[in-house]
Amino acid sequence: MAEDLPKAEEFLANIDYKVPDTAWMDTPAEIRKGMYCYASNPKSVEYLGLPNARKWNPLDDDWQLPENWQEIIHNGFKERLERFRSVKVFMDICVRCGACADKCHFYIGTGDPKNMPVLRAELLRSVYRNDFTKIGKLLGRAAGARKMTLDVLKEWWYYLFQCTECRRCSVFCPYGIDTAEITIMGRELLNLIGLNIDWIATPVANCFRTGNHLGIQPHAFKDMLDFFVEDIEEVTGVELEPSFNRKGADILFITPSGDVFADPGTYTCMGYMMLFHYLKEKYGFDITWSTYASEGGNFGFFTSHETMKRLNAKMYAEAKRLGVKWILGGECGHMWRVIHQYMDTMNGPADFLEEPVSPITGTKFENAKSTKMVHIAEFTADLIKHNKLELDPRRNDHLKVTYHDSCNTARGMGMFDEPRYVINNVVNHFYEMPANTIREQTFCCGSGSGLNAGENMELRMAGGLPRANAVRSVHEKHGVNMLACVCAVDRAALPPLMEYWVPEVDVTGLHELVANALIVPGENERTTDLRGEDLPETEDDADE
Amino acid sequence: MKLSKLLIQHKAEVVKKWFDYAVQSYKADVAQFLKTQGDQFANPVGGALSQNLEPLFNELCGQMNTEALTASVDPIVRIRAVQSFAPSQAVAFIFSLKRVIRTILKKELRNENLLQQLYEFDLKIDVLGLIAFDAFMVCREKIYDLKANEMRNRTLHAFERAKLVKNTSLYSIHAQAAQPITNREGVLSKKK
Ligand code: SF4
Ligand code: SF4
Repeated sequence: MAEDLPKAEEFLANIDYKVPDTAWMDTPAEIRKGMYCYASNPKSVEYLGLPNARKWNPLDDDWQLPENWQEIIHNGFKERLERFRSVKVFMDICVRCGACADKCHFYIGTGDPKNMPVLRAELLRSVYRNDFTKIGKLLGRAAGARKMTLDVLKEWWYYLFQCTECRRCSVFCPYGIDTAEITIMGRELLNLIGLNIDWIATPVANCFRTGNHLGIQPHAFKDMLDFFVEDIEEVTGVELEPSFNRKGADILFITPSGDVFADPGTYTCMGYMMLFHYLKEKYGFDITWSTYASEGGNFGFFTSHETMKRLNAKMYAEAKRLGVKWILGGECGHMWRVIHQYMDTMNGPADFLEEPVSPITGTKFENAKSTKMVHIAEFTADLIKHNKLELDPRRNDHLKVTYHDSCNTARGMGMFDEPRYVINNVVNHFYEMPANTIREQTFCCGSGSGLNAGENMELRMAGGLPRANAVRSVHEKHGVNMLACVCAVDRAALPPLMEYWVPEVDVTGLHELVANALIVPGENERTTDLRGEDLPETEDDADE
Repeated sequence: MKLSKLLIQHKAEVVKKWFDYAVQSYKADVAQFLKTQGDQFANPVGGALSQNLEPLFNELCGQMNTEALTASVDPIVRIRAVQSFAPSQAVAFIFSLKRVIRTILKKELRNENLLQQLYEFDLKIDVLGLIAFDAFMVCREKIYDLKANEMRNRTLHAFERAKLVKNTSLYSIHAQAAQPITNREGVLSKKK
């Protein structure tokens, strides 16, 4: 920070502390600590076969780009304009009405005008005009066009990694322009010249090689689930026997590895395991975990279409190998956006699988007809709707719960009601946040799309401010102390966000709440929840 | 004539102008948004200013209770601590209140008796500046604490012990919130 501290004469010259008003094109990006993620480890870039693997530092003047980088970007841009009609349309039709301008959580939280979605898109659009339109070539800046220079490139990199691809802005655009898609394409272009971030590239490399973001090997994955079996036995007295890599099982279960390896996701993971055990005991439910396809998340999505496709294919290859009927997926966000929006045209249709039908209720999951993959929130909501679960929501009475819609499950796949339906059946105290902060208008956690690193904490806290501010309001009004979500990145990103803005509120996955309420056959009377915290006295106890 | 009485009389005007000065630290179009969007959920930064400047001003005119001052200054400074401001810029809005008062009470302040009182009021603003600076540092420390904890979790000591991590430089995406892993040490080490 010290290097850019203001000088005494600057203070005196500007005692009103007013920032100068330069036009955006004349205000070069200042790359600030805390706002960007570290450059990727060249080993990971190499492993993935992505271009220009080298050690580089965003704070250095020289980014060690290939000599013809401008040509690479120009050609890559051209190719994508031809390939993605949406991008071409988005480049042309924006009327700069400003409806999207103040809808981005990064704009709202950072107060940086270049985080207005319209300006973020203009970063690329200005180069598009210069390179691909007559009027731009002719009139230059007067037509909003500018040449691709190193400064422009740095600005792209800085601000395309300050967008979580959450699509909130698109909800407000009268033309449906989706800035997330522009960011996705922009990041893909940056990858062509080796401008990636490590928080994305290394997990992608791990996932590609070992099957999950951490590079945890299959035996260790199983070890973790075995730890959970012991934990669950301690809380319930029931011993579970999860099944692994079993050929011929009815259903394959795949969840983000964050559920297996990081709190509070681990409790959600225990929740899945208890639910499956319950269903097996009661209805002969037949499901298996894979220690190879051990990652539902797909950070390839934040790299390039090709990388996303490679990672997504692994899940389906495993389903084929095991010969299951369909895939049940855990609580995740971007994993579902990939499946819902891209899988079918990328690797689908998954003809070798069957159309998903709940073996317990007979419900056909029409929405998953082609991808053959069902979100566990839908699956559980259906079970509850058909009265297939015995639940005691009083065991969650110590919790006052609100629900954060993950951008990806909400705006990315339209899942609003299923998680709420489940919550309302497993807890007694549920409170919604203000209407303009939930459902399709939900505010991002501020850390999505691969931005949940440690070094960009300031960016994450600023971007998460609108979400945290809404949580604070229900905390103050109703005493909310638990923020529920159905996304593994949320479970990783929201705890520090809460710690900074609303420390009284903790974070949980949906199936942790389900498991706490679920009356498992043969269980002992529970005295603690899955976290080992004492349960509140029930009314019956109080009467005794 | 008492300055405090005058200030109370002009409260609305003072607070409004103070708000304007505070948002001048943002670019003009951002400042405009912060001023005009009245829904605090759509505009939490503007909301924090409009909800807290008046109580701060009341406290300056009244009891100067540290807790009350901190409670009102913290929400503003907590935001500015993550917004790429230099520390000086983050708390500068406090001192701009001096200029606000001098501008609004320009005529009245020709009175020498009032000038003496103004000097005392300025001291109170300085105290608020110091409190704001402390609040700012608490926030910055929290940020570094969050960063450091994530680093610790990233290296995943427990995983290493359990030989679960192949290469500790290949850290986790989702493991950042991983307090658990350390909380669960007992559980993890059971298995040997
Ligand atoms: S709302 Fe749509 S048309 Fe209006 S400025 Fe934003 S992207 Fe352009
Ligand atoms: S997609 Fe989300 S993060 Fe990106 S510009 Fe739009 S609102 Fe902002």
